[in-house]
Amino acid sequence: MELLIFYPLAGLCVIFALGVVFNKNPIGSAMSLIAMMLGLAGIFVLQQAHFIAILQIIIYAGAIMVLFMFVIMLLNLKGDDAVWKKREKNTLLTVLTGLLIAGVLYKVLEITSAGEFDSPAHVLETFGTVREVGTILFTEFVLPFEVASILLLVAMIGAVVLAKSKVD
Amino acid sequence: MIDNTIEFLEPYTYLIIGSIKALVIAGALMGVVPGLVWLERRLMGRFQVRLGPNRVGPFGLGQPISDSIKLLFKESIIQSSADKFLFHLAPAIVVFTSIVAFAVIPFGEPITIFGQKIGLLVADVNIGLLFVFAISGMGIYGIVLAGFSSNNKYSLMGGLRSSAQMISYELTLGLAAVSVIAITGSLSLTDMVKGQEVIPNILIQPLAFLLFFTAGVAETNRAPFDLPEAEQELVAGFHTEYSGMKFAMFFMGEYINMVTMSALITLLFLGGWNAYGLPLWPILAFAGKVAVLLCVFIWLRSTYPRIRYDRLMTFGWKFLLPLSLFNLLVTSVFVVL
Repeated sequence: MELLIFYPLAGLCVIFALGVVFNKNPIGSAMSLIAMMLGLAGIFVLQQAHFIAILQIIIYAGAIMVLFMFVIMLLNLKGDDAVWKKREKNTLLTVLTGLLIAGVLYKVLEITSAGEFDSPAHVLETFGTVREVGTILFTEFVLPFEVASILLLVAMIGAVVLAKSKVD
Repeated sequence: MIDNTIEFLEPYTYLIIGSIKALVIAGALMGVVPGLVWLERRLMGRFQVRLGPNRVGPFGLGQPISDSIKLLFKESIIQSSADKFLFHLAPAIVVFTSIVAFAVIPFGEPITIFGQKIGLLVADVNIGLLFVFAISGMGIYGIVLAGFSSNNKYSLMGGLRSSAQMISYELTLGLAAVSVIAITGSLSLTDMVKGQEVIPNILIQPLAFLLFFTAGVAETNRAPFDLPEAEQELVAGFHTEYSGMKFAMFFMGEYINMVTMSALITLLFLGGWNAYGLPLWPILAFAGKVAVLLCVFIWLRSTYPRIRYDRLMTFGWKFLLPLSLFNLLVTSVFVVL
């Protein structure tokens, strides 16, 4: 039953991910990315991580992609834009990036296939609930959590300073 | 024969019940829209000292039916410069998200039919509130895409305004809800109603109620926050180029969002289906509260003029947001104590 839902979802994710790369239109790419993130959220739900799935939708598909769309619409990027066209011609960069990603993927595959896969680990009833995620976030991973929040704060202040036309 | 069928269907009971519930609720939501349009036009008429629609059928009740038939058979015009695919997709996103968001809204205690316990909601997830926020956040794309794909200045402006407005007011909406979550200690909407059996949250959190209601009106793009479709400046905003049923779908989305928002306010602040001593069925108590809130939405529209766009953003960021942060702070202190 789970596989019956997993394979269509995973397939759709891959198709939409390819759509992001191959789409001629920036808005089309952004829409494919949103669809792919919704697919990922579906896979999270399948893994019993409901909270993470909802966060995936709220933060990535909701907040961040709205900003992307906002920027694309404000810049009024069209498919025939010179900068957008450039990416099709840069063969050297394309090949290098492809090789780099292939290398990383190979390494990941090597690591993951080295270990043995048993039947799925027993999942606790509380797994993936808001309480559980919150508790872990504020006890075990409190340092990375705080560092990330300070980083975001600094970035936000930097953006405000840059956006101001005159620093007084 | 029948025994065999029942035996075969036994393991799939939850699937069957779920699909039936989903169909019934989606149907009911779409059916409520014409009634709501009629109610709005009648009430607006009275508020403005005129009669409103009263020619078709008793009290003009036939008006929404004739309007829907007209919209269904109207020619759907697409201008040649539009992005065809996105142009068709946008109204579908608006209606789809507005209906799906209602899936987690409970409207009564679970009932028992044929030995099956059936909750009066489509999906009982333990993070119901977050689900509503996530899905209604996706609804922005419908409006943004409608504005973009029309290839029209006014539409684009409407779409941009709408996304800016929804992002800004979502913060206040979320923070006001967080203070209720802090009191209840749960994200499940059913638990929230159970926590209000004695007194409704509106008496404990009056400020959060006002903030949530204001942000809710802004989120549903209703007057006085209907900037995305400001007629005087933008013709009709993001749906300027739409006609026929696709035009009507945007309104369907807006009205369903209104119902969802009223239901959410009822659940969070007005005690859901608790009748507080009144001899009412739980479902009737819930529906009554939602109906009163819907009338308040309409009342607001005919009372306040539309506020200017820069004022709207200033109001959201410099007044509502600090106020909701302050409210959350005070609430958290009280909860911890």
